[in-house]
Amino acid sequence: MADDWQHGGFGLYVHWPFCQAKCPYCDFNSHVAREIDQKAWVRAYVAELERSASELPGRVLNTIFFGGGTPSLMMPETVAAVIETARRLWPTSNDMEITLEANPGSVEAGRFAAYHDGGVNRISMGVQALNDQDLRRLGRIHSVAEARAAFDIARRCFDRVSFDLIYARQDQTPDAWRAELNEALAMAVDHLSLYQLTIEDGTAFGDRYARGKLRGLPADDDAADMYLITQEVCAAHGLPAYEVSNHARPGAESRHNLIYWRYGDYVGIGPGAHGRLTIGGQRYATESPLNPGAWLSSVAAGSGELSRVALSLQDQANEYLMMGLRIAEGLDIDRYEALSPQPLNRNRLAHLAELGMIDIDGPRLKATAQGRAVLNAVILDLMSE
Amino acid sequence: MTDLAHIRNFSIVAHIDHGKSTLADRLIQETGTVQDRDMKEQLLDSMDIERERGITIKANTVRIDYTADNGEHYVLNLIDTPGHVDFAYEVSRSMRAVEGSLLVVDSTQGVEAQTLANVYQAIDANHEIVPILNKIDLPASECDRVAEQIEDVIGIDASGAIRVSAKTGVGIHETLEAIVKHLPAPKGTRDAPLKAMLVDSWYDSYLGVIVLVRIMDGVLRKGMRVKFMSNSTLHHVDRIGVFRPAMQMVDELGPGEIGFLTASIKQVRDTRVGDTITNDRNGADKALPGFKPAQPVVFCGLFPVDSAEFEDLRDAIEKLALNDASFSYEMETSAALGFGFRCGFLGLLHLEVIRDRLEREYDIELITTAPSVVYHVFMRDGEMRELHNPADMPDLSKVDHIEEPRIKATILVPDDYLGDVLKLCQDRRGIQQDLSYAGSRAMVVYDLPLNEVVFDFYDRLKSVTKGYASFDYQLTGYREDSLVKMSILVNDEPVDALSTMVHRDRAEARGRAMCEKLKDLIPRHMFKIPIQAAIGGKVIARETLSALRKDVTAKCYGGDATRKKKLLEKQKAGKKKMRQFGKVDIPQEAFISALKMDS
Repeated sequence: MADDWQHGGFGLYVHWPFCQAKCPYCDFNSHVAREIDQKAWVRAYVAELERSASELPGRVLNTIFFGGGTPSLMMPETVAAVIETARRLWPTSNDMEITLEANPGSVEAGRFAAYHDGGVNRISMGVQALNDQDLRRLGRIHSVAEARAAFDIARRCFDRVSFDLIYARQDQTPDAWRAELNEALAMAVDHLSLYQLTIEDGTAFGDRYARGKLRGLPADDDAADMYLITQEVCAAHGLPAYEVSNHARPGAESRHNLIYWRYGDYVGIGPGAHGRLTIGGQRYATESPLNPGAWLSSVAAGSGELSRVALSLQDQANEYLMMGLRIAEGLDIDRYEALSPQPLNRNRLAHLAELGMIDIDGPRLKATAQGRAVLNAVILDLMSE
Repeated sequence: MTDLAHIRNFSIVAHIDHGKSTLADRLIQETGTVQDRDMKEQLLDSMDIERERGITIKANTVRIDYTADNGEHYVLNLIDTPGHVDFAYEVSRSMRAVEGSLLVVDSTQGVEAQTLANVYQAIDANHEIVPILNKIDLPASECDRVAEQIEDVIGIDASGAIRVSAKTGVGIHETLEAIVKHLPAPKGTRDAPLKAMLVDSWYDSYLGVIVLVRIMDGVLRKGMRVKFMSNSTLHHVDRIGVFRPAMQMVDELGPGEIGFLTASIKQVRDTRVGDTITNDRNGADKALPGFKPAQPVVFCGLFPVDSAEFEDLRDAIEKLALNDASFSYEMETSAALGFGFRCGFLGLLHLEVIRDRLEREYDIELITTAPSVVYHVFMRDGEMRELHNPADMPDLSKVDHIEEPRIKATILVPDDYLGDVLKLCQDRRGIQQDLSYAGSRAMVVYDLPLNEVVFDFYDRLKSVTKGYASFDYQLTGYREDSLVKMSILVNDEPVDALSTMVHRDRAEARGRAMCEKLKDLIPRHMFKIPIQAAIGGKVIARETLSALRKDVTAKCYGGDATRKKKLLEKQKAGKKKMRQFGKVDIPQEAFISALKMDS
C-alpha cells in the first residue's frame, strides 16, 4: 500500500529568517541582523539538505519554496547554491516549481534576474496594500510606486508572479477594499494571496490591540463583507479562490502550498522550519530551533532538527481534515477514513450540508465558499475526539 | 471529672472578621493549652474551606484549664459555633450546650446583622453575655461609640465591656477572669439517668463517627451502652474524650462537661444534632427539648460536566451525605444535562460548601443549576405537593394555588446606601416591616420571598452598598402568591435546566433579561438561534442570536499545521464541556449566569 503522503507530493521549504525591519502585524520567525555571513548559511543549508536526503533517498522533489523573513535579502548565489544542492540530492519533476518570497523594493527588484538565472521560476511579493498611508501603518518600508515598479520587473523576469494584500486594515471600508482589489486585478497578475489582517499575540499590533490602542479595525460584519467581496470580485476576474486566502487563474495555483493542503510530505530547513516526513511508513512532524544562531550551531553539531514527533493516525487525520477543507477541491473521504480511527460522523455531515457549509461531491468532501468563511467551526464540528 | 462549680461553658458570638477565631486562639495560647510551637492560626477551623472563607461550618470545642487570680483551678469549655444563618438550628443547639457567651464586636466596625441574629440566639438560650470590644489596637477603634451601639441595638449593658486586642494580647487575661466571675457554672445532677445533648458529629476515617456531647445529667462512661432517643438506636461507647484541642481520652464525663464519644457508628446520618443520648436501660424518660430533624431549604441540580463522571459523582455525594445529615439528594435526569442529582441544602452557603468540596476533594467538575426554594403546590383535589424542581411542576389545570416560603430579612446599612437597599428589597417583592436607626446606620427589616433572596440577593446587596451592608434572615413561613413556571427555549427546544418559578407580574421582565443574557452567553453558531422565554405555550420574550459569519484562520501553511491543530484540539475539548441541546452548544456557566439579575 502506498504511503499517505504520496497523495500530496513532496516539497522543500527553506526558511530565511532575516528582515530589514520587523512588521508590526507579523508573527513569523524573523529577525533583524546587521551582518549576515551568507557563506555560513549556504554551508548550513547544504548540510541540512544532505542529512534530509540521506533519510529520504530517491524522492521526486516537486517544489522548492524560499520563505521568511525576507528571502529577497539572500544573495542570488546563496539561492542558487541551495537549488543546485537539492537538484543534486533528489530527482526532480520536470516542471519543478521554485518560488521565492520577495519584498517589492527597488534593491530587491535588481536581483530578480539573477534569481531567475539561479533557477527561481515563481515570485511571490509582499505588496500588502496599494495605498502609501496604509503601507506606512503596516510598517512596510516600500511605497506603492516601488511595488508597481518591482512588479513590472518581476513580470519581465518570471512566468509566474503572485503578490499578497492584506485587507480589513485600520479604517478600511468594504468599498475601499473593492476598489483596491480591482486595481490589483488590473495588474497582469495570475495569483493573489489575500489575507484578512489578523491580530496575533506577541506582535506590535497584538500589544497595541491589548492596550486598546489599535483603533479603526473594521467591525466583524464589515470584515465578513470584505471576505465576500474578495470571493466575488476575484471570481469575476477569473481568479477564483482555490484556498481560503488564495486566488489563481486555473493552473496558476501555488503547487508548493498545495502540498501542505493536500497533506503531502515536506522537508523544512532553516530556523523554525517545520516538516512532515514519512519514514518507514511512519509520519513525523519536525521542528527546528527558532533562533538563527541556535539553528546554525545545531546544524554544526550534526542536525538542525530540534524535535521529531511521531504523529498518531488520529493526528494525521485531524491535520488532513484541517488542511484539506481549506482548498476548494476539498479532501478525499476514503483517504481521510483510511487514516482516522473513526469514520466521519454522517449526521454532522448531513447537518453541515443542510446548512450549506459543505458539499459532498462523489468521493470528495468540500467546504463551500460560505463554509470556508467559518471553517474553524466546520472543522471543530467534524473533528473526532 | 470536675465539680460543677469549677466548670464554665461558653461560646463566642461574632460577625465574620470581627476576630472570633483569633480571640479563641489567644485564650488557648494564654492558658498554655497548646504549646507555642504547635500554634497555628485559627486552631479550631479544621476544614480548608472553613479556613479559606474564615467561617465555621461544624461546631468545634476546646477544653481549657485555667488557674484564676483567686487561686482556684477551672475547666473552661469553649464551643465554637457555626456562624451562618444556614446553620441556625445547629447554632441553637450549640447555644443550649453552654451557659454564657462572649459577644465580640470589632470596635472599628460596630454591630452587624449577623451578630444580632446570633446574639438573639444566645439571649433565647438564657445566656449570660460578656461584651468584648476587639481590635482596640487599631487607630479607627471607637470603643465608647460601639459600646453605646451594643446597648442601643442589642439592649444589654455594655458598661463593663472588656477592651481587647486579640492580635496583641491586651485584655486576654481580663477576658479569662470575666468568664470565671460573670458566667454561671452549669447545673446538673450526677445521680440522675444520663442525659447528654448531641451538639454535633462528624466522620473520622480512623474512629468512625465522633459525637460531640454536652452532659446535662448523669455520667457518661467508657464501655456503656447508650440509646439515641430520636431513633432509639443503641450503641456501645468505645471511647470518651475531650479536645484540648487535640483529642485526649478520659474515662468518664460528668454533668456540665463537654466532650466526645465514639461508638463504632458508621454514618453521621444516624447521629442527629439536638438528639438526647441516655442509658440503654433505666434511661431518661423525656428527651431534651428542641430537637428538630434537618430540613433542606434550597435545592439545586448538580450534574457532572463530563457525563462519564456520573458514577464518581454518585460516590462522592454518598460519602459527603454520610458526613452531613442536613444534606439530601436524589437522582435527577435532565433532558438537557443528562444524569445528576437534585440536592437539598440548609441554605446557599451550605450549597456552596458542598459544591466546593465535591469539586475540590473529589475532583469532579460540576454544572450547578439555578437554586430553587421549596414551593407548596396545592392541587385541586386538596393534595399538597412539595415542589423542589421547577421542571417537575404539575399540569396547571390541576393546580389550585401555590405558596412560597417567606423570610424576615434584617439589613444594617450606612445611611448613604439606604435608598439603594430599599429599592433592591422593593424590586425583590419585599414588604417593609421596620426601619430604625442606630447611630448613622439604618436597620431595615423586610418580609421577602426566599425565592428572591436565594440566588444573587446578597451579591447585589454587597454591590449596591459597596460591601457596607450586613444581612441576615430567618424563615417565617409560607404564603400564597401568583407564581408561574417560566420555560426557556433555545432553537425551539425547551431547556429544562433553565426553567424557573417566577412571579407572574415579573415574568416578562425576567424572561427578557434571561433571553438577553443567554444571547451573550451562548457562542455564535453556524446558524441563527432563536432564544425564547415562555409560560405554558405562550412566548413572552424572544431574542435571536445571529449566525457566525467569519471564523477562519487567514494563513495556514506547513509551518502552521502543528500550532493550528493543537488550538483546534483545545477548542474541541472546550466544546465537549458545553452541553448540547439539539444542535446548540450551551456553555456550563450559562445555567447560573443566565439567572443573575443586574438590578
